[in-house]
Amino acid sequence: MFNYESYLRLDKFPLIWCSGCGDGIVLKSMIRAIDKLGLSKDDVCMVSGIGCSSRLTGYVDFNTLHTTHGRALTFATGIKMAKPRLHVIVVTGDGDATAIGGNHYIHAARRNIDITVILFNNFIYGMTGGQVSPCTPKGKRASTAPYGNFENAFNISGLAQAAGASFVARATVYNAVQLEKLIQRAIERKGFSLVEVLSPCPTAYGRRNREGTPVDMILQQKETTVSVAAAEKMSAEELEGKIITGVLTDVERPECREEYQKLIDSFRKEG
Amino acid sequence: MAEEKKIKVLTGNEACAEGALAAGMRFYAGYPITPSSEVAEVLAEELPRLGGVFIQMEDEIASMGAIIGASLAGTKAMTATSGPGFSLMQENIGFAAMAEVPCVVVNVMRGGPSTGLPTLPAQADVMQARWGTHGDHAIIVLAPFSVAETFDLTVRAFNLSEQYRTPVILLLDEIIGHVNERVTIVDPGSLEIFNRIVPSDPPDQYKPYRHTESGVPPMIAYGEGYRFHVTGLAHDETGFPTNSAAEIGRMLERHHRKVEQARDHIVQVDPFMMEDAEIGIVAYGSTARSARHAVRLARETGKRVGLLRLKTLWPFADEEIRSYIGQVKSWIVPEMNLGQMAHEVEWALAGSAPVTRLNKVNGDPISPPEIYQIIPG
Repeated sequence: MFNYESYLRLDKFPLIWCSGCGDGIVLKSMIRAIDKLGLSKDDVCMVSGIGCSSRLTGYVDFNTLHTTHGRALTFATGIKMAKPRLHVIVVTGDGDATAIGGNHYIHAARRNIDITVILFNNFIYGMTGGQVSPCTPKGKRASTAPYGNFENAFNISGLAQAAGASFVARATVYNAVQLEKLIQRAIERKGFSLVEVLSPCPTAYGRRNREGTPVDMILQQKETTVSVAAAEKMSAEELEGKIITGVLTDVERPECREEYQKLIDSFRKEG
Repeated sequence: MAEEKKIKVLTGNEACAEGALAAGMRFYAGYPITPSSEVAEVLAEELPRLGGVFIQMEDEIASMGAIIGASLAGTKAMTATSGPGFSLMQENIGFAAMAEVPCVVVNVMRGGPSTGLPTLPAQADVMQARWGTHGDHAIIVLAPFSVAETFDLTVRAFNLSEQYRTPVILLLDEIIGHVNERVTIVDPGSLEIFNRIVPSDPPDQYKPYRHTESGVPPMIAYGEGYRFHVTGLAHDETGFPTNSAAEIGRMLERHHRKVEQARDHIVQVDPFMMEDAEIGIVAYGSTARSARHAVRLARETGKRVGLLRLKTLWPFADEEIRSYIGQVKSWIVPEMNLGQMAHEVEWALAGSAPVTRLNKVNGDPISPPEIYQIIPG
């Protein structure tokens, strides 16, 4: 049995997450990934914004920072630039990262700063009671989209890929083994790395959209997702309505803080 | 060892950057905005030479977040901006106040509201500096009136920020930011520098928000083996969110107490010819230069007038102003806004002496003759 306890602040339990929420699966996968990498808890700095998933930082025994809505990446950028030896991991949600924090999200990816983002995509604002998010699929209902969402949804991973991230992967809580491996690879990859995790919200999203029980919602992930390898063999029509999971981008690119260090070092040599 | 001094001709913005470096600032994050951009430009050049970090962020919200992050990582950090950018920073300034993260925010004031007068001076953000973020919070705000004093007060801003674990706002105005003046730069080694107090407790006993007598809890950086939690939510001594009314009340009370009980240390005024003054002028920033000139002109005609110049805007120098009750029969408050500080002066005096306001918000500075003309007698 894996020992999660040594990574958790058990005195802060119970978690605020609803029963059936997918976020706990992400939490455990993340802990296993960090454990596999053998990172010292003292060297991990976990930063979050506002929302259900962002409450995670209160429960884990690292250097933790729970910031303002949408701004986690800005605080994380300050930490990484000031103390590059820390492994900086940002925990955020779809609303936090791509609505209010959308600007910071694309710029952190553009800089390719060595931060790992675990983005919990539940398609909804869960904490505030189920309002529509930039990731709510078109047609789905939310408390502020009572007649169905008339807007287009963001492709979160595509956004990070286009902005220049080193590593981009999409995962589900259905496949927790893959999720763990992808988080591990994301942390290992120098530069901006993203793992977008589809994490069902039965309370604020599932109920309103008649998605069934939490188990139904997790099983549904199996039906609606295809792997990168499988997707390559599928036609555009076959891919309609499917979500591609796995590693979408994995490239070596110059990392922001290391590039800045070169500048600092050039003056040291001069002096 | 003899103190090494060098004379430089600098603008206020340049002196601010120099002062910050002398205070030990090694992290700057900012976003370009007139009339503050020179602060960033100087630091973009100097910080990498000193092993420090300069980063231009995507906006002022991000700049403020980045300096809080850097400060939590143990580096003295600052940003500089002007009116519109200062408005964008307010949310995270509140975070810095709530989470007690030392940092310095420079606002080179220009005319507003909105885009307003980007290249012209104003003193319109006095109240924004005090109350710009939501919720009750303590804050320290300093306002220099010369280039030399900009250097000194920037150093002081960092010292106060470190000593009281609070964001400190330095309010320049466009005139101070851009005027060229001689500055004597002292050897940084001879400056009095205050660094945040680090805990003596071992990690398992460390409480990042301990209720100390001074009201200021010792602070350790991330990554030093202490693994604590920081949040903008109301929290207890351990730093974790709490819904306990007693704990929340105790924490917020301490935030205010740590600044209030140190107000005599924080509040600085510079009285000029106030010893026998019957007419007092309260002014700050570049307007205080005109006021000082007006005092000299009026003294030549035998008027007993003096200037009480505010170097600290918040906490407000109410006691210092009240100390002249009985001596000063009337007051004048010239400011490049519509009376933001005059209101405070009136409140401090509580009707014991009349206050004449002199306000200007059209981008023109208040000239010495304008003040001179309204000096009674």
